Amino acid sequence: MTTYTMPDNKGRYGEFGGQFVPELLMPALIELEKAYEEAMVDPSFTEELDYYLKQYVGRETPLYFAEQLSKQLGGPKIFLKREDLNHTGAHKINNTIGQALLTLRMGKKKVVAETGAGQHGVATATVCALLGLDCIVFMGAEDIKRQKLNVFRMELLGAEVRSVSQGSSTLKDATNEALRYWASHVNDTHYILGSAVGPHPFPKIVRDLQSVIGKETKLQIIEQTGKLPDAVVACVGGGSNSIGMFHPFIEDEKVKLYGVEAAGLGVETNDHAASLTKGKLGIFHGTLSHLLQDENGQVKEAFSISAGLDYPGIGPEHSHLHDTKRATYKPITDEEALKAFQFLSKTEGIIPALESSHAVALAMKLAKEMSAKETLVICLSGRGDKDVEQVKSRLEAE
Amino acid sequence: MGSLKLEQVLQQKQAANQNLFVPYIMAGDGGLDILEERINFLQESGASAIELGIPFSDPIADGPTIQEAGIRALANGTSLKSILEFLKSTKEDRSIPIILMTYVNPIYHYGMEQFAEDCADSGVDGIIIPDVPMEEEGPIATHLSNEKIAFIRLAAMTSPEVRLKEIARKSEGFLYAVAVMGTTGVRSSHSDNVKGYLENLKKYSSVPVLAGFGVSSVEQAHELSSHCDGVIVGSKIVDLLYQGKHDEVRNLIQSSVNSKVQV
Repeated sequence: MTTYTMPDNKGRYGEFGGQFVPELLMPALIELEKAYEEAMVDPSFTEELDYYLKQYVGRETPLYFAEQLSKQLGGPKIFLKREDLNHTGAHKINNTIGQALLTLRMGKKKVVAETGAGQHGVATATVCALLGLDCIVFMGAEDIKRQKLNVFRMELLGAEVRSVSQGSSTLKDATNEALRYWASHVNDTHYILGSAVGPHPFPKIVRDLQSVIGKETKLQIIEQTGKLPDAVVACVGGGSNSIGMFHPFIEDEKVKLYGVEAAGLGVETNDHAASLTKGKLGIFHGTLSHLLQDENGQVKEAFSISAGLDYPGIGPEHSHLHDTKRATYKPITDEEALKAFQFLSKTEGIIPALESSHAVALAMKLAKEMSAKETLVICLSGRGDKDVEQVKSRLEAE
Repeated sequence: MGSLKLEQVLQQKQAANQNLFVPYIMAGDGGLDILEERINFLQESGASAIELGIPFSDPIADGPTIQEAGIRALANGTSLKSILEFLKSTKEDRSIPIILMTYVNPIYHYGMEQFAEDCADSGVDGIIIPDVPMEEEGPIATHLSNEKIAFIRLAAMTSPEVRLKEIARKSEGFLYAVAVMGTTGVRSSHSDNVKGYLENLKKYSSVPVLAGFGVSSVEQAHELSSHCDGVIVGSKIVDLLYQGKHDEVRNLIQSSVNSKVQV
């Protein structure tokens, strides 16, 4: 068994990762890395983080044996890691609470963040309200229209939501604008990046903070079944819930890791978000990884029914796990995700987020080739309440 | 006298007692057809060199004016390849140094070695890549060095002294001193810290130091040039050319360049 030590001291996961940002931001990244490394070995920091994760976020989250789902599919025993039960309804807060505490530790009082559908924005606004930090969230004008309720939530929590109308007015443009804002206010502002993407040390910080998912899962599955799972499935946009789930299992080579990309209308069309399946290597938002781009290196728009997976890049560590074949990445279409959304709702009484529905959909396929002796864990990264209205109008239209 | 052509040209301008002035234009804004005309116009107006922007879908170091120019250029079908082909076909017609400003992904996608070779073939004198800091410059710096093309480094007001010294030590062509906290775009004034920052860079650097970002007027050009060797003006020039105000561009360049003579 090999020891896994990524990233290296240059922020690289094999050839992927790095720090492709303007010089203006380099000192802030260096400061962040130093503050983070010191904090993680300082018991006063880790104890405070653990306190909030337990008392405020509601961890640990259950690893629930989905008996009905398992029976109906007729394959392995399927377990759901219930990240949907976290405060704010998704895994995003595992990261924001840690980075907000880090913000205070660096002596900064202001936070900027990007958001697509608004889940990361809400999770950031929430912890900023908790810890008394000023919060500005950049959100694409199109997304603001589609997710009015989350905009109101953020404002209720005291955050300022700034509309971004550049480009396609979605997540990638909101991220561009958050980076520009950060460059202008870097002395007193921390950027709470929401996924395991961006320049080093963000992919590492987000991974480490999300690894609580995989660490808990590992203990829980051994407690419940006496062994490690045979397969673990998680959805991948930027890839924060999946890397948090995968990382504690990387050295356990018998555990198969499956990342699920959003195939939108199909990977053979132009409308998908399958960066690993269809992208080429590129440098975007500070990191070298797989990227949806045209023949001139211009970044393409991603497409998915799920706003949380709608990103043209992917975290560099996923590119590495893909490259080394330690993890397998499969596409799932909008249609397949919608079916899984309804199936899990009916069989288990759990409405999954559309993002997590992609993971459920792949698990449903994998289950056909697995035996009753095997176990499979799905990372149920968020709850589907936010998606109910969208799914309703879609199903009614059909 | 520097070994690179860009350094030699800039030193000749300085020997003639001029402030350096590098205008930025977005390649393909208005189509590649008018690019030749604009290059000739800027050359005749007395620019020291021309910074030619390569449009990119996600220009994180740029403010609204250059973002919009980039969107117009992309809508015209402009690509790194078409710009290099244009520069190659017109290289005998110009004497002014050409510096490409491009984000890293179009070059990465093109292939870094091929990019450096094609730049040399197209008569490109220098390259600016705003999203490649020292930590990531290794491969591209090597390929540009092989082709005798200046890799122009950027310094920032957030950089601590030790980084500024290292950036200055590596500098080729000129040192691009980013003079604001933030993105490109017109500012009414620069902070008081800029003076000391530029003067420090002057001390550390053996190539000319040019201040850029936020510079839009003759007054700003004179003020900043009194602490370094000249300025780079982007958004203002892009905007004036877009509006067809060529006389104002000419006046901005000539007045900025000639301040030393007037004093």
